[in-house]
Amino acid sequence: MDQVRKTVVLEGSRGVAEAVRLCRPNVIAAYPITPQTHIVENLSQMVADGLLKAENIRVESEHSAASAVLGASAAGARAYTATTSQGFLLMLEVLYNMAGLRLPVVLTAVNRGISAPLTIHNDIQDSLAARDTGFVQLYAEDNQEALDMHIQAFKIAEDHRVLLPVLIGMDGFILTHSFEPVSLPTQEEVDEFLPPYKPVFYLTPKAPLTMGTKTDPEFYTEARYMLHKAQQNARQVIVEVAQEFKEKFGRFSGDLIDTYLTEDAEIIFVSMGSLVSNLRAIAQELRQEGKKVGVLKIRAFRPFPFEEIVRAISGAKIVIVMEKDISLGATGVLAQEIRAAFYGKANVPRLSGFVVGLGGRDVTRETVLKGLRLAQESDHLCTFLDLNPELLEEV
Amino acid sequence: MKITLGGVAAPGSSRLNKTGGWRVFYPEFLHIRCTDCGLCQKLCPEGCIFKADKKNFYADLEYCKGCGICAEECPVHDIEMRPEVR
Amino acid sequence: MYQIGVSQPYNNNLFAPGHTACAGCGQSLAARLVLNALGPNVIVANATGCLEVFSSNFPQSSWEVPWIHSLFENTPAVASGIEAALKALGREDEAIVVAQGGDGGFADIGFGALSGAIERGHNILFIVYDNEAYMNTGVQRSGLTPFDASTTTSPAGGCSFGNPTDKKPVAQIVAAHGAPYVAVTSVGYYRDLERKVQKAAGIKGPKFLQIHVPCPLGWGHDTSLTIKIARLAVQTGLYPLFEMENGEITSVVKITPKPRPVEDYLKPQARFRHLFKPGAEEELKKIQAIADENIRRYKLYEG
Ligand SMILES: Cc1ncc(C[n+]2csc(CCOP(=O)(O)OP(=O)(O)O)c2C)c(N)n1
Ligand code: SF4
Ligand code: SF4
Ligand code: SF4
Ligand SMILES: [Mg+2]
Repeated sequence: MDQVRKTVVLEGSRGVAEAVRLCRPNVIAAYPITPQTHIVENLSQMVADGLLKAENIRVESEHSAASAVLGASAAGARAYTATTSQGFLLMLEVLYNMAGLRLPVVLTAVNRGISAPLTIHNDIQDSLAARDTGFVQLYAEDNQEALDMHIQAFKIAEDHRVLLPVLIGMDGFILTHSFEPVSLPTQEEVDEFLPPYKPVFYLTPKAPLTMGTKTDPEFYTEARYMLHKAQQNARQVIVEVAQEFKEKFGRFSGDLIDTYLTEDAEIIFVSMGSLVSNLRAIAQELRQEGKKVGVLKIRAFRPFPFEEIVRAISGAKIVIVMEKDISLGATGVLAQEIRAAFYGKANVPRLSGFVVGLGGRDVTRETVLKGLRLAQESDHLCTFLDLNPELLEEV
Repeated sequence: MKITLGGVAAPGSSRLNKTGGWRVFYPEFLHIRCTDCGLCQKLCPEGCIFKADKKNFYADLEYCKGCGICAEECPVHDIEMRPEVR
Repeated sequence: MYQIGVSQPYNNNLFAPGHTACAGCGQSLAARLVLNALGPNVIVANATGCLEVFSSNFPQSSWEVPWIHSLFENTPAVASGIEAALKALGREDEAIVVAQGGDGGFADIGFGALSGAIERGHNILFIVYDNEAYMNTGVQRSGLTPFDASTTTSPAGGCSFGNPTDKKPVAQIVAAHGAPYVAVTSVGYYRDLERKVQKAAGIKGPKFLQIHVPCPLGWGHDTSLTIKIARLAVQTGLYPLFEMENGEITSVVKITPKPRPVEDYLKPQARFRHLFKPGAEEELKKIQAIADENIRRYKLYEG
């Protein structure tokens, strides 16, 4: 099995399931929700076929899925779960808890919009709700990166300098349900890259300890500071792991960020997830027209790469943030963070923030070019680019 | 001491917290009628009643909160609650 | 990284003193009896609630066994993960997995998680410490608060005799899941409690224990009366103790010498004080009827 590295055409969900299998989790627990289902169905089949030796807990809710992997991780197991949208929100309380307990679980956050109104389609509003949980958060651009990222995620999470759960954002349907050729590593390679999980401590009568204590004001701040510090440590670890992955598997899709044609660019698009692929294509096209356009991919949303971003794009004249989310009553979430990165810096580029692609709306070439045009005219704090005025009753 | 990873704590370490100060009454073991039944020891919520010897039980006043369960449950009334003098 | 010193348990107890439970707390006593009956080879997952709060105040812990608290409503799911991890890692024989919490944590907010974990057949001992209200947050009504008990959210008043509903039959509901062993016991009957804990520990699969634990603070009785009150709950017929094996009742604790009137149980407790004022006579009759029905249904006494 998995003797030679092979390139196969796989559905995105299947690719993730294969990556998870190669990471040899001991326990998986998940609850079905579109469009995450194919991942757990594939994993369940692998367990049923004996290809994955793991306990598969068919929990009664996402809250319990997260809780079960929390318990498994506390008992010393490598544990995995996946969810999206409403299920992600139901997990949220547990996600904070898991990070606070320093349990290196890996979670696939398939990205889908949030009700109401109900949508099963993609945007990244859901996992951004976990912004402050303490989770390390990585966003995948394509199916190969999603696959690779899962293998990296366990290594990052379990690094003793980090010991935090990691979530991988992966656009629902756009990635999970699309077929792309991917290179599958061999089991041997993955085993070399990712040794078995060695917990610092775990629940066992051989060395009893108490986890999940209650703290008074004299201790809480320090405990939270340690979490923050672990996030800071993760910066270095994410970079190291991406390098090590590159050496082992010959692929690199960025570490905290990835850049495309940004070197001399006057205009730089910034985004996360599969939208980055669209932007790359458009940038390439505009380059052919002689326009100096580049793309910055935010690969790690937490820890947030403030310095790396400033370094990558401060040479541009105009920065255009395109994102599939909105902090209602404020601006797009990513635009807020990018603006924060530039506060107090010299040579601040002009910056526009655009909301696109909510609830599965296609982000077309025209939409992006419209954003480019608007951003050149004036700066936009937060503009919905693809609104259909015919649907709106003006008040 | 230092903050531990995830706030883990050492087993049984609450022993450092001496709750005896909470007491308003303390149990006096009379050692007259004791039948050695062990009920007081079993039913003390603090688990702080020791057996020194046959028919010779006593409460560890470092932890005893003075609830009075031992005195109430002693079948032969060999324990009495007395006001704490401090 | 953390070498935690191994010391001898205090007075052979696996639940150490220094915890901050109220004096006379029935739940703290029950927790100690449970652990001592189980022995050191356990892993405990504990729900948020009084027991968790008074036993795990950083940097101290009263637990001599491996123990984890995650949240209020997810303890059965956390325990499911622990049990699955032990299986996956070939450490199944290492420990009995216990999931424990209050009536609120298990019978109300965590009821879905409990139902799921039992239905999946995990090899877990579930323990509900039933003090009949949300005590940790200040004595609010739960689904296990008895009829007419005054709590801070079901207070007695000019137009109210307190909690308007009867206790949720959690043990029966759990038994209906097909759990091989379900038992109700009381901290007032320590031998019964120890026997049921040990019996449960010897059974593979999901087993469920509900333990009646008087709360001097929430019930408003003298701290010395915890055991007496617990016994009176049984002797009046208001808290039947029984075992159910594979859905059938296989034993009950009989009332001897004969049932006591419910007033004997109610009177020492401030939460029922309003029932002894003029105009509440009918309410006392209703509570006596609950006890009588329990005695009939569970065959607690054949006079
Ligand atoms: C999701 C959530 N809701 C509410 C609370 C607040 N809360 C903490 S403990 C508790 C009551 C506990 O009641 P019970 O389970 O009966 O245990 P007891 O304290 O009575 O022993 C409540 C409401 C919480 N911690 N989490
Ligand atoms: S309960 Fe009374 S009789 Fe029994 S051991 Fe204690 S002191 Fe002696
Ligand atoms: S008074 Fe209560 S705490 Fe003190 S020894 Fe007796 S039973 Fe224990
Ligand atoms: S409030 Fe009740 S249950 Fe909570 S510690 Fe006090 S006596 Fe025990
Ligand atoms: Mg309660």
